[in-house]
Amino acid sequence: MTQSPPKPTSALSLPDLPGPDTPIRRLRHPGRWLSGITVILLLAMIGRAFAVGQIQWPVVGEFLTAGVIITGFGWTLLISACALVLGVVLGFVFGIMRHSENPILRFAAWLYVWIFRGTPVLLQLLIWFNIALVFPRLYIPGLVDERMVDVVTPFVAAVLGLGVNEGSYLTEVVRGGIGSVDRGQKEAAHTLGMTPGQTMRRIILPQTLRLILPVLGNSAIGMLKFSSLAATIAMGEMLNAAQRIYFINGAVIELLFVCAVWYLVGTTVLSIGQYYLERYFGRDTAATTSNRRWFKGWARRPAVEGEV
Amino acid sequence: MNLAVKAVGIRKSFGSHEVLKGLDLEVAYGEVLCILGPSGSGKSTFLRCINHLETPNSGYVWVDGAIMGYALHRGALQELPIRQLRAQQSQLGMVFQHFNLFAHRTVLGNVIEGPMVVRGLSRAKTEARAMELLEQVGMAGKASSYPSQLSGGQKQRVAIARSLAMEPRVMLFDEPTSALDPELVGEVLEVMRNLARGGTTMIVVTHEIGFAREVADRVVVMIDGEIRETGAPGQVLSNPGDPRVRSFLSRVLA
Repeated sequence: MTQSPPKPTSALSLPDLPGPDTPIRRLRHPGRWLSGITVILLLAMIGRAFAVGQIQWPVVGEFLTAGVIITGFGWTLLISACALVLGVVLGFVFGIMRHSENPILRFAAWLYVWIFRGTPVLLQLLIWFNIALVFPRLYIPGLVDERMVDVVTPFVAAVLGLGVNEGSYLTEVVRGGIGSVDRGQKEAAHTLGMTPGQTMRRIILPQTLRLILPVLGNSAIGMLKFSSLAATIAMGEMLNAAQRIYFINGAVIELLFVCAVWYLVGTTVLSIGQYYLERYFGRDTAATTSNRRWFKGWARRPAVEGEV
Repeated sequence: MNLAVKAVGIRKSFGSHEVLKGLDLEVAYGEVLCILGPSGSGKSTFLRCINHLETPNSGYVWVDGAIMGYALHRGALQELPIRQLRAQQSQLGMVFQHFNLFAHRTVLGNVIEGPMVVRGLSRAKTEARAMELLEQVGMAGKASSYPSQLSGGQKQRVAIARSLAMEPRVMLFDEPTSALDPELVGEVLEVMRNLARGGTTMIVVTHEIGFAREVADRVVVMIDGEIRETGAPGQVLSNPGDPRVRSFLSRVLA
C-alpha cells in the first residue's frame, strides 16, 4: 500500500493533533531569490555599460571639485534657499488669505495661484529677467529710484521666478493644511478667549506646519533641481558653470555627470534633514516616525522624550 | 438668589430648520443644572449659544452683568469687537464632547495656554497653578505627555483642568462622557462631582441620568428645541408632567 502525501484539506482528527511544541517550518520564497538576482544582473549590466562607455571618468573626478563648479553649486544652494524662503512666506500669506472672511482677500489669493501655478516656471523666469522691458525704472517715492536692470539681476530674477512660482503651489498646500486641522481646536481656543490672530499663530499654524512638512521637504528638493532653470537666464549657478566649461573643453557628458553627483548630494542631505524635521514636529504622534524605516539606523532615540 | 446666567428668548435656525424655538433659562451662582433630552433636541446648540460658539438668530445671553457678544446701545444690541467677545467667552469654561485638546501641546502646555496667552501671566506662575489643577483631576503624573498618548477619560480630565485654569465663573459641559468607553465614564463624572461639591456653577448637557439625579440641583428637559420640563431632579425624573418628557425618560431609564 502506497502512502499518499497528506492533503491540506483532509480532516485532522483530534487524536492525531500534534503537541504544542511542534516545530514550525517557514514557507520558502524561491521567487524572491530569482527576482533579486535578475535585478542585480541588470544593475551590473548598466554599471558595466557606463564603465566601458565613452566617458572619461578621470575628467569627472577632476571637475568634481573644480572651483567654478563648487562656486556654481554655492549659487545653486543660495538661489534655492532664498527662493524656498520666499515661496514659504508667500505660501503662508496667501494660504491664510484663502481662509479669510473677506471675499476680496480670498479672490486675490485665488488670482495669485491661478496666474503663477497656471504658467510654466521657465516662462516666468524669462519674464522676470526681462521685466525691465515693461518697467524701465523701479520707482517707489522716497524709497527707491533705480534702473530696473540694476535691480533685477539674474540672481534676483531667479529667486523671484522660482520663489513666486513655488509660493503659488504652497498656497494651496497651506490652504489644505489649515482646512484639515480639526474645527474643535479653533473652538477650544475661542472658549479660552484667544483672538483669531492668537488662535492662528499658536494653535492652527503649528499643527498645519506638521501636516505640510512632508510637502515642504519635497518643495526644498524640487527647488534645488528647478534652480538649474536659472542657467537659461545667464545666472552662473552650477549647470550654467558646467555648460560654460564644456563649451570650451568639449567634455559634455563628463560635466553633466559632475552636476548630477552634486545634485544627488544636495537632495540626499535635504532628505535626511526632512526626516529629522518631521520627527521633531511629529513628536506628539508616534505614527509619523514609526512607519519610516530607511533612516532607522540613525534614529534610535525614542520619538517622545520625557514621558512619565 | 444670585444670578450667574440668564438666557432670554434664544432662537437659532440652521437653514430652514429651527433648532431652538425661543428658550429662556436662569442659572444661579453655585447651582448645578443638567440639560437632558433626546438626540437632536437642540441641547448642545443651546449650550453653544450660551457662550457664543454659535450666534443666536435672536435673543441674548446675560452673564454676570454683561450681555454676551453685544453692548446695549440706544435700544439695540450692538455687536462687540471680536477681542471683547473673546474676553467674555473666557469667563465661561467649556468642556467638549470630543475633548479638543491642543494636539501639539503637552498636557501641561494645554493647561497653561489660556492663562499665558490670554491673561498674559508668566510661565512660572501659570505652571504652578496648572500643576495644582492637574493634581485636582488626577493627571499631574501625565503633565509631559501628549494628548495622543492618553485615554479618552484622561483627555477629558485634562480638558476640564484646562478650562478651570481660566478661572471661569461658570463651567459648561457639552456631553462630556458621550465619546468615552463605558469604563472611563466614571473617572470623569467623579471629577465633575467634586467640582459640584466645591460650589462650581455648572451647566451640563448630558445623557447620564444617574449623574443628573445625584448631582444636579435642577434638571431641564429639552424636546424639539423647547424646554418642556424644569425642576428638581427627583420631581422631574420620577414624575414628569409632560407626556413627551415621560416617554423620553421611560426610554432612557428602561
